[in-house]
Amino acid sequence: MADARVIPIKAKDPKERAKKKAAAKRPTAKRPPASSGVRGSRGSAATAAAHDEEPEAAADHAPLPGAEPAPVAWDRKVAEFLAFLRRRVTGDYEVDEFGYDRELTDRVLNAPLRPLYSKWFRVETRGLENIPDTGGALIVANHSGTVAIDSLMTSIALLDHHPARRQLRMLGANLVFQTPVVGEYARKSGSTLACAPDAERLLNKGELVGVWPEGFKGVGKPFSERYKLQRFGRGGFVSAALRTKSPIIPCAIVGAEEIYPMISNAKTLARIMGVPYFPITPTFPWLGPLGLVPLPSKWIIEFGEPIYTDDFPDNAADDPMLVFNLTDQVRETIQQTLYKLLVQRRSVFL
Amino acid sequence: MPKVVLVTGVSRYLGGRMARILTEDPSIDRVVGVDVVPPRMDIGGAEFVRADIRNPIIAKVINAAEVDTVVHMGVIATPVQAGGRMSMKEINVIGTMQLLAACQKSPSVSKLVVKSSTSIYGAGPKDPAMFTEEMEPKHTPGSGWAKDSVEVESYVRGFARRRPDVSVTTLRFANFLGPRVETPMSSYFELPVIPTLLGHDARLQFIHEDDGLEALRQATIDEHPGMFNVAGDGIILLTQAARRAGRPTISLPASSAGLVGAIIRRLGLADFSPEQVRFLTYGRGVDTTRMRTVFGFTPQHTTPETFDAFVKSRRLNRMLPPERVEAVEDQLVSLLTGRVS
Repeated sequence: MADARVIPIKAKDPKERAKKKAAAKRPTAKRPPASSGVRGSRGSAATAAAHDEEPEAAADHAPLPGAEPAPVAWDRKVAEFLAFLRRRVTGDYEVDEFGYDRELTDRVLNAPLRPLYSKWFRVETRGLENIPDTGGALIVANHSGTVAIDSLMTSIALLDHHPARRQLRMLGANLVFQTPVVGEYARKSGSTLACAPDAERLLNKGELVGVWPEGFKGVGKPFSERYKLQRFGRGGFVSAALRTKSPIIPCAIVGAEEIYPMISNAKTLARIMGVPYFPITPTFPWLGPLGLVPLPSKWIIEFGEPIYTDDFPDNAADDPMLVFNLTDQVRETIQQTLYKLLVQRRSVFL
Repeated sequence: MPKVVLVTGVSRYLGGRMARILTEDPSIDRVVGVDVVPPRMDIGGAEFVRADIRNPIIAKVINAAEVDTVVHMGVIATPVQAGGRMSMKEINVIGTMQLLAACQKSPSVSKLVVKSSTSIYGAGPKDPAMFTEEMEPKHTPGSGWAKDSVEVESYVRGFARRRPDVSVTTLRFANFLGPRVETPMSSYFELPVIPTLLGHDARLQFIHEDDGLEALRQATIDEHPGMFNVAGDGIILLTQAARRAGRPTISLPASSAGLVGAIIRRLGLADFSPEQVRFLTYGRGVDTTRMRTVFGFTPQHTTPETFDAFVKSRRLNRMLPPERVEAVEDQLVSLLTGRVS
């Protein structure tokens, strides 16, 4: 396999594609990714010798994504881990006012997401240069996939692959914070409620804020409506950006629609359980817990050019027409980018 | 400058200390403390008048002493102290009504300071991360102390409207904590095993008792009309606080929390009203920008420092002191590195 993974503009010879398909089915098969700069490590034989202190030269032994690039002696790692455990046991750590626990997020919560990002979905990120290194900005993206994994992957993309390693602060629906466990870890990983005060507070602090204005309408839409953007709420995110004069960065995510293709929605069951929808996918609930394994679609996350809001007058957020127009502009940009990426994509899983 | 100050709720810890602090101020001639029961602690040079603020006798006290400043600290948070929920509600709500009625009739009163609470913001999943003073609660508190506080504040607003010449300061305090003060939160963290809500980790803010009293003192001495949130900097999570207190936690599903709460309350161990359970589920944060910029007050202790001071002075963390954990860690590290090198 190796280095041939390039953006699909180039035509490929069919033999190689077949080989790749086979590789893609094995989750352990690793591939050096394309433009995103994901560091892949290759070959199970090589990883078996994981305790090597010195990485052998060249790319076929690069460290795992997310790990420190410099080799760290394992005893130091153990010491670090013990110190982390000690801080957990004694409560000696800090959270910010939103409840964001940086250390826990970095060491524990993000750990299972990283292989999912690089190995399972093989996320390719484009347009990272559109994200500022510092200061507030609002990332607006399409929402899909029955389970909102797309937001988590976007945050990994920005944290691990943006040069300034930016932490995305996501805005979630109140149902998220009402749900036990989900709500707790959403806050700990830096999310907060999607409401104007919180969005503005984060932007004023210079944070990178992520919003998925389609909400549950987007995540829980049937598979037949994939890549069709739903209504964009009331444009509250545009008002927040206008009030704080933060740039809006449209973001298109391709691939998330296919992870759990929702062929039907058991509405009665959903109403009984008090959830917005109850998905029926080809594998769920038929295969039980196995049905929870997402399909390994190939993802592309593209960050578009920022829409700057500092040129608008101070009271622009109170002009509903302007807010609607700007909302529409962002929505149209994302929709067009989605179409463009879909045309470029060779297949769902490659 | 105040000359004669009336302090309500003087028989409880904070009220008593407040009265003592005010008597130490040379510019104040007289401090009158009012409560239904005599104070157990020393209130310094303050005069104690045994009066129930629930009946009109309070008006006579105010007129006789020509009180110019009223510090209302008589809102009780714990039903156990008040002798049951019904009498607590009476003291809190009817008491405030009587007090404000008396103040309204009195020509001498020119300042009112009210110790309120951030519990008036309620607690729930639709809350913004940080409440500012002008925000309305998203989940209006429906029971207990929080509901009383909401009603007290609404009477205070009515009073301010009817007596615009009186300067009214309402201080909304985060939960008090410190070496001595007894609050629902202090008794909660003193439980041998701390019950928490499964799958939730509330954000908590505390105000150190010394900081809270200092804010009340400044509000009494100087002119700071308006409403202010008062809380220590920073946030501490419920489980994080339990770890710092060295207490084990037990996670209860929300459905059983009511039952366990009722048992704990019946045993008199801690206040576990439905409102308190909501607070321990979702937590709450308040923005203190106004306190800093308009009031000009900066607490000496942050929220985590306040909690640590509380843990240290009550010697809560005897089971798992951080020093011991650190020693174990050091041993493990030296063991491992010793074997490697």
